[in-house]
Amino acid sequence: MVYTLCFALFLTGLYCALTKKNTVKIVIGLAIMEYAVNLFLILLGYRRNGVAPILDRSTDLADFLARSVDPLPQALVLTAIVIGLGVTSLAVALCIRLYEKYGTFDVTQIRRLKG
Amino acid sequence: MGTEVILIILLFFMLAGALIAVETKNLLSSVISLGAIGVGTSVAFLFLMAPDLAIVQIAVEVVLLIFLIRATIARDVIPQRGHIAWGGLVVVVVLLAGLLAFGAYAFRDLGVFGQPIIAAVQDAPSNRYLARGMKETGAANIVAAVILDYRGYDTLGEATVLFAAILGALTILRVRSRSGGGKP
Amino acid sequence: MTGMTVIVKTVTRWVKVFIFLYGVYIVITGHLTPGGGFAGGVIIACSYILLTLAYGKEFALKRLGPRTAAGLDSGGSLLFLIVALLGIGSGGLFFTNFLQKRYPGGEFQLASAGFIPIANIAIGLKVFSCLFLVFIILSILRIVLDAEGKQSLVQRWPEGKEE
Repeated sequence: MVYTLCFALFLTGLYCALTKKNTVKIVIGLAIMEYAVNLFLILLGYRRNGVAPILDRSTDLADFLARSVDPLPQALVLTAIVIGLGVTSLAVALCIRLYEKYGTFDVTQIRRLKG
Repeated sequence: MGTEVILIILLFFMLAGALIAVETKNLLSSVISLGAIGVGTSVAFLFLMAPDLAIVQIAVEVVLLIFLIRATIARDVIPQRGHIAWGGLVVVVVLLAGLLAFGAYAFRDLGVFGQPIIAAVQDAPSNRYLARGMKETGAANIVAAVILDYRGYDTLGEATVLFAAILGALTILRVRSRSGGGKP
Repeated sequence: MTGMTVIVKTVTRWVKVFIFLYGVYIVITGHLTPGGGFAGGVIIACSYILLTLAYGKEFALKRLGPRTAAGLDSGGSLLFLIVALLGIGSGGLFFTNFLQKRYPGGEFQLASAGFIPIANIAIGLKVFSCLFLVFIILSILRIVLDAEGKQSLVQRWPEGKEE
């Protein structure tokens, strides 16, 4: 059930990126898709009644091994979140440049005007 | 069981925020709804026992909101009332509903929520990182040990991608002036 | 971009140092507590963005200009790459944690875990200057390339047309 809801969030972002005419709305759709994918990867690694993968002075190693959540998806999603910020700022730079050149955020207008 | 109920409530809240962000005509409202989705994701990371990710997600989402608001809302946005292409919209909605049904069918193979792969497969790499991470790297934070010692090459790739994306953004916004200071 | 009201400026003057210090703390103790280079770098960038929004662009650009930010960005990446390449010299493979093999510190102490703190500091430096540079270029300055190929930085909105 949780996985299906997360996939529905991803499809909402995809719908926004496919059918909207405003370039800023398209960028918002991309950001929604990226949040949904990161959440899905962490949902895969959760262990019931788990603890965070951080050692303390007072943890027993066998108990930690049996209860900790998966650290590998967390490590990969950590870099993915920051890369998502970089790519979304590149998309926003494209939006600004299109606005400066054509005077509008509307995709259908941009196709009609020539240079 | 409690965590799953909380996550379902959070996901419904995020879905409502996403639908508002997609459908509303006011651009500022949809950017703020995007912020609500980001906060929901960060709280979900906390419940999924990933504190590193909660910190990074909330800080990145604040910076993203500032970029979006600062760079785009300052312009005048004239609401367009062009014709809505009904045919294309219906096709997209039908296709996405079909994908959702297919996904719900495919996720039954993923297993019960709460039983990760590392519980089933005993010699997965994560088990090795958890068991011997402290002895081999000396770091108490196993996630930091994974991203900087065991999988450091991926972090180098990430630094390169971030560098290239920022360089691309700088190059796109470079204007060429003709005859000294003219408009682009 | 002009600054904000007196209330915002006074609160910012007190709070920005704490945000910066919190970001530096998260970067440095990344191998002991949750956090690390990425989280701390974004938080330090947030403190500089707060400074820009509250005080206006001239004040913030005097503190950290775009050329300095670009230099720090490249410096952080190069430091990370050098630390990775030094692993080849001792141990034979790329990215070997050579400091951990030679001088293993105690457990749960600040000076432990080999080169992980150094790599965290390099990544924090890179992410922070990267995000601040993009913020400057998106909303304050603009790079103009004139006929000879020389680059210069002018203001994005001239003084008459503020929003």
